[in-house]
Amino acid sequence: MAEIRWDWISRNADEIQARTIEHLALVSVSTGIAVAVAIPIGIAVRGRRIPFATATGVAGILYTIPSLAMFAFLLPIFGIGFTPAVVGLVLYALLILIRNTAVGLEGVPPAVREASVGMGLTPRQVLTRVELPLALPAIMAGIRLAMVSTVGIATVAVLIGGGGLGSLIYSDGIQRGLFLTPIVVGAVCATVMAIALDLLLVLAERMLTPWARARTGDR
Amino acid sequence: MASAGTLELRQVTKRYDGAAGSPAVADLTLVVPAGEVCVLIGPSGCGKTTALKMVNRLIEPSSGEILIDGRSVRDRPPAELRREIGYVIQQVGLLPHLTVAANVATVPRLLGWDKERITARVAELLDLIGLDPEEYGRRYPAQLSGGQQQRVGLARALAADPPVMLMDEPFSAVDPITRARLQADFLRLHRALPKTVVFVSHDIDEAVRMADKVAVMREGRLVQYAPPAEVLARPADPFVADFVGSDRALKGLHLIRLEEVPLPAPPLVRPGEPLSAVRERIARGDMTPVDGRVLVSDGAGRLGWLDLQRVATGEATAPDEPGPLLRPDATLRDALASLIEAGVSHGVVVDGDGRPVGIVGVEEIGAGVRRAGAGAPPPRG
Repeated sequence: MAEIRWDWISRNADEIQARTIEHLALVSVSTGIAVAVAIPIGIAVRGRRIPFATATGVAGILYTIPSLAMFAFLLPIFGIGFTPAVVGLVLYALLILIRNTAVGLEGVPPAVREASVGMGLTPRQVLTRVELPLALPAIMAGIRLAMVSTVGIATVAVLIGGGGLGSLIYSDGIQRGLFLTPIVVGAVCATVMAIALDLLLVLAERMLTPWARARTGDR
Repeated sequence: MASAGTLELRQVTKRYDGAAGSPAVADLTLVVPAGEVCVLIGPSGCGKTTALKMVNRLIEPSSGEILIDGRSVRDRPPAELRREIGYVIQQVGLLPHLTVAANVATVPRLLGWDKERITARVAELLDLIGLDPEEYGRRYPAQLSGGQQQRVGLARALAADPPVMLMDEPFSAVDPITRARLQADFLRLHRALPKTVVFVSHDIDEAVRMADKVAVMREGRLVQYAPPAEVLARPADPFVADFVGSDRALKGLHLIRLEEVPLPAPPLVRPGEPLSAVRERIARGDMTPVDGRVLVSDGAGRLGWLDLQRVATGEATAPDEPGPLLRPDATLRDALASLIEAGVSHGVVVDGDGRPVGIVGVEEIGAGVRRAGAGAPPPRG
């Protein structure tokens, strides 16, 4: 059994490709929605002890629910398919994103904030022109972490018909008497996808934060 | 282009909710005339920073009024008001994600200036603070030294040519050498672009150096508001005297120039004048020798002291060295330093052509310091 069946891979190249694209869609759509939800929450709760504790507490509880149970809970509400899978993945990503947004905003040096207000920036301008750009490294670190873990958790989405690389591992592998080849293919594709997405985000962050590199630049 | 506004605080009080005891600022009344530098000084917790921050509404007063050119700051939306008030703080607070040029451009951008005007203004200001716009404009704040960062902070505050500048201990986070340079730079800038400046400091030497008027505060109240020389010469009460320090007579020395002090006329011997004529003039009281000596000139502008006693006994045939020669615009501090360094009791004050116009010794320096305080208007508050 412990042998990779290369002929299976070449026969099923189309399916592997389709599942990979499905997986990428699951990961990017859910991370995108999670970012859109979590950043405003992070902005709203930063610097306020009780709201921060509440938001991270709720997101923290969601984070601890085992993924098998989570998708089982979502089944009666959202049925099966892409939507419940995305909902579950969004809920998992919230904790890291809310936390990193709030912590990143709180990390803006008080003198920078004071000078900005003192120069006549409105509260909205302070947020958009000063605080969010300066919190960007922390927010990006959160997005990277959330995205990489979503790639892994998304393999479980197959159980509620979410498709993705999970169907190679589960439907083609485990359900067919632990047929090794699709399991390995699914795992390798997921790993490669996680590494590639992480690298992409690192590049994006470097482009968005040119000042962070200036520290070690010429003087 | 340079503008300055009159700043007026009328019975301003700041009381924090729930804070026991005296208010942070109590009944503060203060007028800073257009173009003057007012240094707010006092021990920590005296309310100087609170007073400063009420001007740009970072802190709202509990009662009283603050007016710029007769207009209450309370009538203006805070953000709009702050764009017309330069603000410099101790930790600088440059925006780390923006280049030096973009930092300086912050307020002009908020005011919606067009691009060319902003570029030109940024270059002008960086030139003014001694940073090459080509080289430094593109850098990020982290690539500058502490002193350079504070200079950029100053340029940023000046960018939109505000009539009033607020400076909260701007130079206290840098080393003493950099601080002295920044102070000199600020004074140079202030001569070029006269602004009404409120400057918070805890350092009396800095206050004496920068201020047109010093406002000494204690426990939220104004204790004395007067020119530095007066605060040093005539402290309003024992607290101020203690605060300015027991060496206050020395601190005031560099505020006064020799030309502002009455100096005895030099006992100058006319070319070719016989010794007998000199003695006769002395006897008539037309000439007062200094320690029994008179000044002679060799005709080529070189001066020397001649000891009449030693000439009479034949001990001396040629004049002694003239000792320190001082210009009328030298400060008393420079004069005293020259005397100490040369180890003599008196120096000669000479005009631009090298002609002696006066004699200065420790006595004249002391009288100058005492007179500076007495001649000024009486203290308020």
